Amino acid sequence: MAQSVLKVVDIKKSFAGVQALKGVSLEIKAGEIHCLAGENGSGKSTLIKIISGVYTPDEGQIIFGDKVYSKITPIEAIRNGIQVIYQDFSIFPNLSVMENLAFNEELANKRKLVNRKRMKKIAQEALAKINFDVDLNAKVGSLSVASKQLIAICRALMLNARLIIMDEPTTALTRKEVNALFNIILDLKKQGIATLFVSHKLDEVFEISERFTILRNGEKAAEGFTSELDNKKFTYYMTGREFEDKPFVPTNVSEDPVLSVENLSMNGFYENVNFSLHRGEILGITGLLGSGRTELALSLFGIMQADTGTIKIDGEPVKLDSPETAINHGIGYVPEDRLTEGLFLPQSIGDNIIVSELDKLSSRLGIIDRDKKKEEIRQWVDKLSIATPNPDNACSTLSGGNQQRVVLAKWLSRDLKVLVLNGPTMGVDIGSKHDIHQILRRLAEQGLGIIIISDDIPEILTNCSKILIMRNGRISAALTPDEADTQVLARYMM
Amino acid sequence: MKLQIKNISTAIKDIHIKRLLVIMVLWMIFMGIFRFDKFYTLINFQTMAAQFPEFGLMALGIMLCMISGGIDLSVVGVANFVAIASGQLLKIIAGGAGELNGFEILLVMLFGMAIGLAAGFFNGILVSKVKIPPILATLGSYELFRGIAIILTGGKAVSGLPIKYAETIAGKLFGLIPVQLLFFAAVVLILSYLLNRTTYGIKLYMLGTNATAAMFSGHRTERVLIQTYALSGICAALGGLIMLANYNSARADYGAVYTLQCVLIVVLGGVNPMGGKGRISGTVLAICVLQMLSSGINRFPEISSFYIPLFWGGVLLLVMVLNYYRENKQSQGGHKKAVISKYRIWVRKSG
Amino acid sequence: MNRIMKNLMQRNEFYISIAIVALSIAIQLRSGQFFTSNNIVDLLSALIVPGLFALGAFMVIVSGGVDVSFPALASLSMYATTRILVDTNYQGGILLPIVMSLCFGAILGAVNGVLIATFKLPPLIVTLGTSSVFKGIMQGVLNAVQITVIPPGMSSFGTAALFIATNPQSGLTSRMPVAFLALVIVLLIVYFVLQHTMYGRGLYAIGGNEVSAYRAGFNVWLIKFLLYVGVGMISSLAGLIRVCMMTQAHPTNMLGMEMMVIAGVVLGGTAITGGSGTLTGCMLGTILLVMVENSLILLGVPTFWQGFFLGVFIIVGMGISALQVSRAIKARGALTRRVQQ
Repeated sequence: MAQSVLKVVDIKKSFAGVQALKGVSLEIKAGEIHCLAGENGSGKSTLIKIISGVYTPDEGQIIFGDKVYSKITPIEAIRNGIQVIYQDFSIFPNLSVMENLAFNEELANKRKLVNRKRMKKIAQEALAKINFDVDLNAKVGSLSVASKQLIAICRALMLNARLIIMDEPTTALTRKEVNALFNIILDLKKQGIATLFVSHKLDEVFEISERFTILRNGEKAAEGFTSELDNKKFTYYMTGREFEDKPFVPTNVSEDPVLSVENLSMNGFYENVNFSLHRGEILGITGLLGSGRTELALSLFGIMQADTGTIKIDGEPVKLDSPETAINHGIGYVPEDRLTEGLFLPQSIGDNIIVSELDKLSSRLGIIDRDKKKEEIRQWVDKLSIATPNPDNACSTLSGGNQQRVVLAKWLSRDLKVLVLNGPTMGVDIGSKHDIHQILRRLAEQGLGIIIISDDIPEILTNCSKILIMRNGRISAALTPDEADTQVLARYMM
Repeated sequence: MKLQIKNISTAIKDIHIKRLLVIMVLWMIFMGIFRFDKFYTLINFQTMAAQFPEFGLMALGIMLCMISGGIDLSVVGVANFVAIASGQLLKIIAGGAGELNGFEILLVMLFGMAIGLAAGFFNGILVSKVKIPPILATLGSYELFRGIAIILTGGKAVSGLPIKYAETIAGKLFGLIPVQLLFFAAVVLILSYLLNRTTYGIKLYMLGTNATAAMFSGHRTERVLIQTYALSGICAALGGLIMLANYNSARADYGAVYTLQCVLIVVLGGVNPMGGKGRISGTVLAICVLQMLSSGINRFPEISSFYIPLFWGGVLLLVMVLNYYRENKQSQGGHKKAVISKYRIWVRKSG
Repeated sequence: MNRIMKNLMQRNEFYISIAIVALSIAIQLRSGQFFTSNNIVDLLSALIVPGLFALGAFMVIVSGGVDVSFPALASLSMYATTRILVDTNYQGGILLPIVMSLCFGAILGAVNGVLIATFKLPPLIVTLGTSSVFKGIMQGVLNAVQITVIPPGMSSFGTAALFIATNPQSGLTSRMPVAFLALVIVLLIVYFVLQHTMYGRGLYAIGGNEVSAYRAGFNVWLIKFLLYVGVGMISSLAGLIRVCMMTQAHPTNMLGMEMMVIAGVVLGGTAITGGSGTLTGCMLGTILLVMVENSLILLGVPTFWQGFFLGVFIIVGMGISALQVSRAIKARGALTRRVQQ
């Protein structure tokens, strides 16, 4: 049995009366690849912050080898070999690769003056650890996401790390880059460095980790070897509920397509895209990051403009040059990042719902009909069962799933023809995800044309009636769900 | 839990207003005890009501821009530019005789407001299309408008205006209500209607809260920004026209302290400098409190009126420190909030 | 070679240099007076005070903040120093006044520092507030009026010349003030701090990403606090030098300079959002604006056109850099832009 690098015992932590962790224990052994999973609010980020010394636990112990702490500072965590790679990589985009790599060590050694020669040496050594080749004088902001991540990893390795915690490391990587990352993690394992991998993506958990811990509501829901885990168990541990996923069968498909895209190309992003969508269908578009899927979606909503090709709505060619025109043609868009692109969190739930149909609720002069507005809000809160005591409350008071419903309500109130959803359930917990899928199916049955863009393959397989796969800006395959499974999709994606 | 949040959120909305009310009442009591006969006179209140509209109007413009997430530091430049141009036009219209009728006054005012509109429109273009950060854009245009004003006058004051103009604009309705106050009240009513009852208002608040989401919601955010800066320009123009009447002259460097003072007013009135939050009632209250404080202090000849900026800046800093403690208490564990505000900063950075 | 050209074309410093050269040539052609020794000396001497202010403003902007209180801070500190020395009938040299004003500057700067670093309040609003407070203290508490006779030590420092330049044609002479050395020394110190100390790199790091800086182990609080203390000291020194050079203390005539100084810094390519910018650019931008202020008259442009040209320069300069930024973002595509944060 390998020696443990980190052990936390019975950690409790509460914020303003809300108990975020209710006695969680976790052990990570040297060289182990351990996956920490859990839904939003399950306490996994709190736990990581306690391990890295950012938060102080209310109760419990943190044990490094034979040293027992009841609380630690970030510096102590680093001295004990703990390194966290945050989702934003904690880099300085405005500074050079060399400085990004060398700062930590220079600061840890309490150096006051800059010695570029020494910093260069430190940086070169750091890059050598994973054989990463990059211009030391390049500004980090000009590098690709994957390179930024590698720089963060190099930096983490410098301070004799024994455990590297990676918070959702694959979110912005292409599949190729993910593979490269996994190879590095395996390489680290050979050097005896453990990795704690935080993720909610099932396939990744299965692919890379040896052991797992799943948190739910601040408690440990399960732990064990990944080889003993399957899809269904995983979902159950994460949510405490079981879901049955029946494939979606469209019932109310229109004869003529509501949206057709012909030979659409945008230089550098996608080319020669053709497809059509009928009312009542749910079309899935999948592909790796950088395959052009997001740009295609943005073009359908008028934020980016295609260079050539036609988009037809109900057979009529339309020119989509702004979100406003897209909306006027009956196209809605649920953005990828709900918090930053979809919602106005400090504003009221009600205003968030009606924000895209202001013209419908006002006179020509732009004067709002208050009764109509109130009625509209009430109606949508009811229809999508948004759990709130009062729609005047700020949107930030809602849970993730309810917030996603607000985004949906915003578009449904527009009486759309086509709804494009980019990653509709990203960051949404599994229960709400299920509910959202049900809502989408119901909408399709009522005659809405729906496009789901997602890299969550099970989501695409169970909810779509047609699947398009994009690779390097082209559609590499168009399948129906019964022709496709995870392997087939993956093959067309790479 | 949810109810609690709701209570807090309504409290936040009103806390600035409450605070200002407390300051105002305390001050009125204080003045009542120490200078009752000098403060509580009709003339004093009439004087106050004639003084604050000039900077009050500029503050309203800044408020609009701040709700949108920006700021307008050019208001004083616009006001002086408008005052000078209108003053010169007045002199031309009146000719040597200095005769002026009501229609001509109206014409001159429309002319001034048109200049304000154009200046605001220019700011709006710089901010929305050229994407210069609002602080810098309006700082630059302040210099520009001031520069034009100086060119128009050769650096001298415009004086010798037809007396009819000052008599009308700085006069009193029924010998009781200062006309300046009427202008201010009208603008307040129009703006509060715009903010609370029209789609423009909702779009403005949404834009200030999250510009990306506003764009994704199909709002023409550039247009909303241009409208906002244009409105601010009109407000500033009215402020300038009132200044012209109050001083019966115009100069490129009048009211230099107003820029800072207006920003202070707007922040004290509870408008969030990050955008998305703020009420017109708070701003109006802050304007009134400032005027009462400065008029009140003037009743104590032994105290220099130069203490006013000290006091005012001190109050602003104190209020912000208090806000810091209040928000910190609230947002413990409010990780989400921190993440969002971080993102918003980023959004701002990338313009 | 091509790469160097391309690199050069992307830098603001390049364009500012061109603008400076073009403006000087235009003035030279028009008046024949620009490249005369006394005009150059006059320009350099006019650069001292704005240059010092610009160095302070530059560091603040690099750290991701903005400071509009420095003219008020400098006015208060120079006024307090001069007042005390005049009232005590001080007859000594320049050393004590400098030490005093540095102390006042440090204390006043610390007020900004505490409010911004400890309470994490937005720098623009804080410095607007403290600028109001400083003005209030100066004019209210200290009852500031113009001081026309300043201690002899100060005036002799202000009028002392390194050398005197004479225009061979007109016979006009201009003195190169000793105070110019102050600008050079402060410039060298700031350069050293920014480029060769971890503190200076920390300023850039904070301006780039404050959270990352904290995680990397920078003492963000201390860096910011010391920054505002240091800027307070530099600004105070500038205020004192101005008093010495004018041989009188005018409490309000520095107020309002903040706009021009910040504009110069930003014109030189310093990103208002923090994290990037060079001292060269900062100084070039300031020089350009000082030229606009002081040399337009040689072009035959009436002085009252100064403000207009200043505004045009600011807007055009910032417009160009803003358009560059948005073009860069567009080129990288919407996707990478989002991921970048």
